Amino acid sequence: MEPVIEMRSISKVFPRVVANDKINISVAPGEIHALLGENGAGKSTLMNVLYGLYQPTEGDIYIHGKKAEITNPNAAIAMGIGMVHQHFMLIPPMTVAENIVLGHEPRKFGFLDLSRAVERVEEISRRYGLQVDPRAKVENISVGMQQRTEILKALYRGAEILILDEPTAVLTPQEITELFEIMRNLIKEGKSIIFITHKLKEIMAVSDRVTVIRRGRVVDTVRTRDTNPQDLAAKMVGRQVSLQINKQIGVPGEKIMELIDLYALSNRKLPALRGVSLEIRRGEIVGLAGVDGNGQSELVEVIAGLRKAQSGKVMMLGRDITNYTPRKVISCGISHIPEDRQARGLVLDFNIEENMILETYYQDGFANGLILNHKQIEQHARRLIREFDIRPTDEKAFARSLSGGNQQKVIIAREVDGDPELLIAAQPTRGLDVGAIEFVHKRIVGQRDRGKAVLLVSLDLDEIMALSDRIAVIYEGRIVGAVSASEATEEMLGLMMAGAAG
Amino acid sequence: MVSLKPNSRKILELAGVPALAIVLGLVVGAIAMVWMGYSPVQGYRGLFAGIFGDSFSFGETIRSMTPLIYTGLAVAFAFKTGLFNIGVEGQFVLGMLAGALVGAALPGLPWLIHVMLAIGAGALAGACWAAIPGLLKGKFGVHEVITTIMLNYVSLILVNFLIRNYFRVTAQEATANVAPSADLTIVALKHLTGGARVHWGILIALLFMVAIAFILYRTTLGYEVRAVGFNPMAAQYGGINVTKNIVLAMLISGAVAGAGGAVEILGVFGRMAVSPVLPGVGFDGIAVALIGNNNPFGVLFGAFLFGALKTGAIQMQYQTQVPYAIIRVVIAGIVFFVATKEMVRWLLRLKRREA
Repeated sequence: MEPVIEMRSISKVFPRVVANDKINISVAPGEIHALLGENGAGKSTLMNVLYGLYQPTEGDIYIHGKKAEITNPNAAIAMGIGMVHQHFMLIPPMTVAENIVLGHEPRKFGFLDLSRAVERVEEISRRYGLQVDPRAKVENISVGMQQRTEILKALYRGAEILILDEPTAVLTPQEITELFEIMRNLIKEGKSIIFITHKLKEIMAVSDRVTVIRRGRVVDTVRTRDTNPQDLAAKMVGRQVSLQINKQIGVPGEKIMELIDLYALSNRKLPALRGVSLEIRRGEIVGLAGVDGNGQSELVEVIAGLRKAQSGKVMMLGRDITNYTPRKVISCGISHIPEDRQARGLVLDFNIEENMILETYYQDGFANGLILNHKQIEQHARRLIREFDIRPTDEKAFARSLSGGNQQKVIIAREVDGDPELLIAAQPTRGLDVGAIEFVHKRIVGQRDRGKAVLLVSLDLDEIMALSDRIAVIYEGRIVGAVSASEATEEMLGLMMAGAAG
Repeated sequence: MVSLKPNSRKILELAGVPALAIVLGLVVGAIAMVWMGYSPVQGYRGLFAGIFGDSFSFGETIRSMTPLIYTGLAVAFAFKTGLFNIGVEGQFVLGMLAGALVGAALPGLPWLIHVMLAIGAGALAGACWAAIPGLLKGKFGVHEVITTIMLNYVSLILVNFLIRNYFRVTAQEATANVAPSADLTIVALKHLTGGARVHWGILIALLFMVAIAFILYRTTLGYEVRAVGFNPMAAQYGGINVTKNIVLAMLISGAVAGAGGAVEILGVFGRMAVSPVLPGVGFDGIAVALIGNNNPFGVLFGAFLFGALKTGAIQMQYQTQVPYAIIRVVIAGIVFFVATKEMVRWLLRLKRREA
C-alpha cells in the first residue's frame, strides 16, 4: 500500500548540531506509527519539519506519493497533517466548540455561527468516539478533556495524519486507556497517527510499528509485534539497559517524618493542601502518586521550608520543624531534589563546583569565616563528578551547558552526598532518558537500603509502582489512601487519583 | 579541551562587543559632525589631543574617570544581585555632602585618619540612602527602579535644603572648605601635569575595585549575592536569605557610591555648593557598568572610556569648534550599540543565522 507520508533522507543541520541525519520514515494508512527516542534524539525536530515549522536542510517529503513543499504549519494543515502538542494551545476562558473552530469559524451574515459550530463539533466527536461537552469552558474541564479538544481541533481542520507529541505525559492511567481507545477508533476511520513517546509500555500497547531514533539517525523500524521492551530500550540507548529495578523488600524502621493535618495555599492563594497526614519510616520509600496539580508541589515546598504551612505540623524525628527556614530544614537532615531542576535546583549561570556547594558554601572547609576556600570547593566537586559520573568532567563547566541528565546528576550528587535522613525526590526522572533514569533509580533505592527514608513524588505511576514500598495517593490536597506497594494495582491507584476513595 | 572553544568565543565577545560599539559610536558622531558641517577628522583629532595630547589632558582624563569608577562599581554590584540601582546618583550626592561636612570639621587630625573618616562618612550616608529602596524592595517587593529614580530628586532637594539652612558659610550657598588634613590633592602630580586635578581618589577607586571583585568572587557574601542575582528561587532553596541579600547588596552599592561622592569633594571641589541639577555621574555609572559587563575590571575600562570622551570633548570644542554635545551623541551611540548586543554580535558574525 502506498504510504500516506514518506520522509526521504531528511537532514536538518543547525549551527554546530546535526539534529536529523538522513532520516527515512514512512507511515502507512491506518497505522499507528510510534517514534521512539531519548530526549534530544531528534524526534521533535523531525516532526517540526513535517509540520512546516522547520525547513529541512536536505531531503524530501511525499504525501500520498506526491512531493510536498511544507513551508509553514498552514500548508501542513492544508495537506491534512494535524499536530497535538505536548503543551496545549487552547484559550481557557473560551468554550470547547469555540476553541475547536477558532480560525475556521462557521459564519452566518459574517458573524460567528455558534450553534453551527457546536453541531459540527458534536458530529465529529460522535464519529470518532471522542466525547466532549462543546459548551463547557476549557478552563473548567480536565486535562484529558482538553487533550480531546486538541485532537478534535485537528480533525475539524481535516487532518488525515495526526501527530501526537508525548500525549500521555499529563494523563491518569484511565485517561491513557481512553486515549488509546480513541486512537484505535481513529485508525478504524482511516486516519494515520504518529505517536511520539519514550514510554516503552505504551508503544507495546498501542502501536503497529516503531521507528527508533538515536542521535539524529534512524536505528531501526520494526513491527511492534516482532519486538519487546528490552530490545527497544537497547536500540534507543545504544547499549543494554536494565528496565528492572533490583530491589529487596524493605524493612521499615522507626518513624522519621510525620506530617499531621497540613494546610497550605497555592501561589494563587487558593487552598492547595487541605489536611495532609502522612508518615515516612526509616528504610522505606514512600511514593506519592497523583495527577499533576493536586498539591504535590505545595506539599514538598512546605516540608522544605519554601512555603508557609497555614496549620498542621511537620515532625522530623520527633521534633516540630513546621515553617522552619530552608536552611534549618536542611540542617535537620532533609535533602530535596526539586521538581524543576532549572528553576529551583541549579543556578544555571554558576559552574558545577559552585552548584555543588549551594547549601554548604558557608560551612567549615568551604569557607574560612567569610573567605571561600576555592581549593576545597574544587576538590569537592571533582570527587562528586567522579563518583556520580557527571559529564563533562570539568568542574568549571557552567550548569547551563550540561544535558538534562547531567544537570540532574549534579543535583543528586549534592543532595545525596550529605547523607540525609530523609530524601525528598520530586519528579526526579522527568525529561531524562532511559540511561539516566536507571542511574537515578539506583541512587534512590540506595538511600533506602542504607536505612534512610525517601519520599518519592512522581506523576509517572510506573515509576511510583516500581520504586515505592508504600504508595500514598494525593487528590485535591488530601491523602485519599495509602497502600503497600505489593498490594497496589494500577486500576486501584488510578481510581484513587481520580478522586474515588481508596 | 572541549571547553576551550566557548571560552575563547566568550573572550572575543566580551572584548569584541564594546570595541565594535565604540567604533560604531564614533561613526555615528562623525555622521553628526558632517551633517552639521564640521570635519570629523579634525574633530576627532581634537578629541584625541584632549585625551592624550599632553600631561594636563591626561591628568584631567584621570580626574574625570575617577568618580565614574565608584558609580560604575556601585551599579555593577547591585546588578549582580539582580537589582537595578538607578539611585547611584542620589547616593553619590548624599556622599558628597557627608564628605564635605566631615572634611571641613575636625581640622588638624592626621591626614590619613581624617581622609578615612570623611570617605567613611560619605559611604555611610550613601548606604543609608540606599537602605530605603533596599528595605522597600526586600520587605514589600516595591520595585527598586521606581523608588531609586524618585529618591534621586529627593536627594538633590534635600541636600540643597540642608546646605541653605544648616551648613552654609556666610554669604555663600556652599559648605565650609575642606580642611587641608582631608585634602586628596597630590601636589607633586598636580605640578607635573600642569595643574590637572588628579588626586588620590583614583588610587582609592582602584582599591575599591579590587575589594568589590574580592567580595564578589572570593567570599560567601559574594557567593550569596551572585546566587540571588542569577536565580533567587534556587538561592532560597539552598537556604540563602534572599531578602537579607537584597538589602545588603543595596547597602554596599550605596556605600561605594557615597564614598565616590566624598572623594569627589575632597579631591576636586573642596566644598559642596548648592546645585540646580544632579551631577550626572551616577547616571553615567549605569552606562559604565553596562560597557564593563558588570565586571569590576570592565568598569575600570568603561570609566576610562567615558572620562576620556568627556575630557577630550572640551579640548575638541576649544580647538575645532565642534560642539561638546557631539560627544554626548557618541556616548549615546556607544551605549546604544552595547545595549543592542545581539545586533552587534550579528555584525561580528559570532552567531550564525538560524534557519
